Amino acid sequence: MTDIAKLPPGPLGSSSQRAVIWARKNLFNSWFNSILTLGSIAALFWIIPPMIEWGITNATLTPSIEACREVTGACWGFVNANLRLILFGTYPYDEQWRPLLAMVVLVGIIIGSLGAVPYAGMRKWIIPMWLVGIPVIAILMWGGVLGLTYVQNSYWGGLPLTLILSSIGIIFAFPLGLLLALGRQSSMPAIKTLSVVYIEIIRGVPLITVLFMASVMFPLFLPEGVTIDKLLRAQIGIILFTAAYLAEVFRGGLQAVPNGQFEAGNSLGLSYWQSMRLIILPQAMRLVIPPTVGSFISMFKDTTLVVIIGLFDLLNTVKLALRSDPAWTRYYVEGYAFAAAIFFLFCYSMARYAAYLEKELRKGEQR
Amino acid sequence: MIPAENNLPRKDDFIAVHDLGKSFGAVHALRGISFSVPRGETMAIIGPSAAGKSVLMKCLVGLYAPDTGRICLDGEDVSTTGNETRKKWAEKTGMLFQHNALFDSLQVWENICFSLIESRKLSRKVARDHAVDLLGLVGLDPDSAGLRPSDLSGGMQKRVGIARAIATDPEILLLDNPTAGLDPVLSNHIENMIAAIAQKRGTTVITITNDMKIARHRYQNLAMLHDGTLQWTGPTTEIENAGNAYLTQMLSGSSQGPITMRTGKRQDQLFA
Repeated sequence: MTDIAKLPPGPLGSSSQRAVIWARKNLFNSWFNSILTLGSIAALFWIIPPMIEWGITNATLTPSIEACREVTGACWGFVNANLRLILFGTYPYDEQWRPLLAMVVLVGIIIGSLGAVPYAGMRKWIIPMWLVGIPVIAILMWGGVLGLTYVQNSYWGGLPLTLILSSIGIIFAFPLGLLLALGRQSSMPAIKTLSVVYIEIIRGVPLITVLFMASVMFPLFLPEGVTIDKLLRAQIGIILFTAAYLAEVFRGGLQAVPNGQFEAGNSLGLSYWQSMRLIILPQAMRLVIPPTVGSFISMFKDTTLVVIIGLFDLLNTVKLALRSDPAWTRYYVEGYAFAAAIFFLFCYSMARYAAYLEKELRKGEQR
Repeated sequence: MIPAENNLPRKDDFIAVHDLGKSFGAVHALRGISFSVPRGETMAIIGPSAAGKSVLMKCLVGLYAPDTGRICLDGEDVSTTGNETRKKWAEKTGMLFQHNALFDSLQVWENICFSLIESRKLSRKVARDHAVDLLGLVGLDPDSAGLRPSDLSGGMQKRVGIARAIATDPEILLLDNPTAGLDPVLSNHIENMIAAIAQKRGTTVITITNDMKIARHRYQNLAMLHDGTLQWTGPTTEIENAGNAYLTQMLSGSSQGPITMRTGKRQDQLFA
């Protein structure tokens, strides 16, 4: 029996009345929920005002140690004073417009490619964009041509380094992971074994180990006189590591596509690669968007581990800034909070993009 | 009636299968299958579930390579997969899968004309018009061309699958349960269409069906599979005089006969 009187009223009444009804229904519908609600409100009152006081009201942006000593709140002046050091690391001060411009170009291509993914007609521009963009970024960062002074990549650092390591990591790890996933499903024993061994070994060791091997062990095996750049070795380490994880994500997606789809493609006279490209992968990829973006997010954050081989990524440049003057050292909370905010901005954008992409592709499906 | 064992492939047979065997691990899906179909004729394959009917179809279309025996199409051996001859014949064959296997990521019309666009490089405009014609042929609204397979009902998906199978005007048409799940009016329409295709275009048709009425009255030849072996094959006109116990039971649907159901204790209790 439905008691009509107990049903919530429709969208009648003023908004405040509806808010009361909503709160009663969702926040105070049992004694346990009421306690939780009151407890949460108390906790928010306890946490938020001091945070605002520390971070905004009592804080200072003035980039001087004297100003910071006078306030009781956060010393954003540390970030303000060391902004360029934190963002660009040890890149020559007068040339720092170059990494800035490179970063703008890089973020531009990233946004351009991500925007093109949902639209079949635009996807063909993604690869040309990178083919043009990467040399432009390389020229800006390295220089040595077009009247730009040469900057060795051991001076690169900060946000550009983090962005370059992770975006180059993603664009190379993606196809490599796909090949490994296909290899693991291959009926050819040699390819299958190779893929399985590779995936399991890489997944069995921490990224720190891979980076350490790449930077310390690997050069020992190279012939005398041959050196491979440290940054490049770290980059390859990150690519190899991420590819192994992506391979398993992709394999999950491939297995979720019914075998009948492949057989149908095959019976229409399509080759293995045609079936994969046109039928299986579009379905598999749509299924694995959430875990793929998860891999990308964790890889973006994992790039901070390059600190152990002496590269100055965004997190390490904060440390560099803290040490630049002993007076600044005590403001590490502000420094790391700033780095955390930048990381959050990028990671959260990726997560939002994944949600958008899923929605866009489902829209296409229902058209 | 020629007994199945002596039914060796003849030169003039368009589809000739000789002593075909296929196993999956320890399971013998097919054993010693031999039959033949002349060009332009139709054959129905019947048999209880798990008899190996779909596996036989997949061998014919080239998805499975037989372990033993031979398959010849128009005198050309296509027993091994992955070669040019096999690929050529795959392109001359249209197949409807049991579960349709429509491509979920593509629209209905793209599904139908997929191989025309990808393999025969037909323009998308021409392909779409062709797909709309085919949709009309299988009794679907032209507006459904732009839908996705997931938007269609089971019967509609089946008809899209049939449209896809005949889109390339194939020499061989393999249909795995084309009328399963369709109402009698529609299934009659589909069977008329299959017969017309066989007659007008000279297409050789092999159909798996569980509808004995359709098998007897709509097809020229019949093959009866049971437990991976061929129990009987011959013209449908000779069914009455076949005197084959499997065939008789299959046609009548009786529970008495050589085809047994594996019933567990619970079923016995249920029927007690």
